[in-house]
Amino acid sequence: MILHVPYFIAAWIFLWGLYGIVTSKNLVHQVVCLAVLQTSTYVLLLTVGYKVGGTAPVFADIPVGTTVVDPLVQALMLTDIVVEATVAALLLAMVVKANELANTIDPEELRILTG
Amino acid sequence: MNLRARTTLFLVSAAALAVIFVLAFLDLPPMGDYRGPYGYVVTQVAVYERHATDVVNAINYDYRAFDTLGEEFILFAAVLGVLLLFRPDDKKGHKRNSNAQEQDELPVSDALRISTQAIMGLMIVFGFYIATHGQLTPGSGFQGGVILASAPILLYLAGNVGAFEKITSSALVKVAECGGAGGYAIIGISALLAGTHFLTNFVPLGTTGDLFSSGTIAVISVCVGVEVTGGFVQLTQIYLRKIVEAELRKKS
Repeated sequence: MILHVPYFIAAWIFLWGLYGIVTSKNLVHQVVCLAVLQTSTYVLLLTVGYKVGGTAPVFADIPVGTTVVDPLVQALMLTDIVVEATVAALLLAMVVKANELANTIDPEELRILTG
Repeated sequence: MNLRARTTLFLVSAAALAVIFVLAFLDLPPMGDYRGPYGYVVTQVAVYERHATDVVNAINYDYRAFDTLGEEFILFAAVLGVLLLFRPDDKKGHKRNSNAQEQDELPVSDALRISTQAIMGLMIVFGFYIATHGQLTPGSGFQGGVILASAPILLYLAGNVGAFEKITSSALVKVAECGGAGGYAIIGISALLAGTHFLTNFVPLGTTGDLFSSGTIAVISVCVGVEVTGGFVQLTQIYLRKIVEAELRKKS
């Protein structure tokens, strides 16, 4: 049970991120909540890949065969982090545009839809 | 739906989701009890098969290079989207150029100016080191590219907006972004021309531990580094320009 706690932490972060997105009154805040939500995947992947006594999967100065953690999940995470940063930039650009066009960043008040 | 109703609906469904999470996670192996076969297999064979000591990058740029190609193009498309949303309209463009001189004069202390410029050189060298040694030690094109792209921001922080604009809006940045993304695809296609499958590591692998080893892993890593640098420099440039424009509007 105690060794399952990291999984619960991932779920905890995920749900709070979701809560932020649902109740947000500010689009910038909403984008940050999405970033928080996404960090739960990092916790989950690290937990899945961890091996007791494992070290980093880099064999530059340790012999092949040493106990290392799973490099697959780390490879997934690595690209995820960079992509998340650029997607956040894209979403924030949309927020700036929404503010210019509708003069508000409250998602409740974004009701304009003109062709 | 008003906020209260929405929050109530969310809390009810989130509670249900949390129960499902707990039930599902309790069935997973506890932390540290790793059972999957792939992690064991790949750490055993990667160094011999690919002559790369950093297994994470051997996976990223070789075993699942096709996935990384897709992820790289997500990055490319996102940067393209930001540039598209912030494309300058022609009327404003003229005004900005005439204000370029004013922008140089943001008040900054001498200590900040000198120390940031001293750190910049270090950052560029470190960025190149990280981007080119991905096959040996932690780090690769993604990380190195982000470090390299952060260097011009220091120039901006040091108050040298003119030089920042000159560096970041040069055509070289755009060429880097497109060339890096295209280079990745070209490496994949040249494997086809060499008679193997798309993105196969067909280059001689070299000696394990050398800088020029691991075949296409090192080359792709550098390509990604070039693309990430170009993309992130353009992102920072366009956002910081927005800030400068807003400040100038406030002043006038």
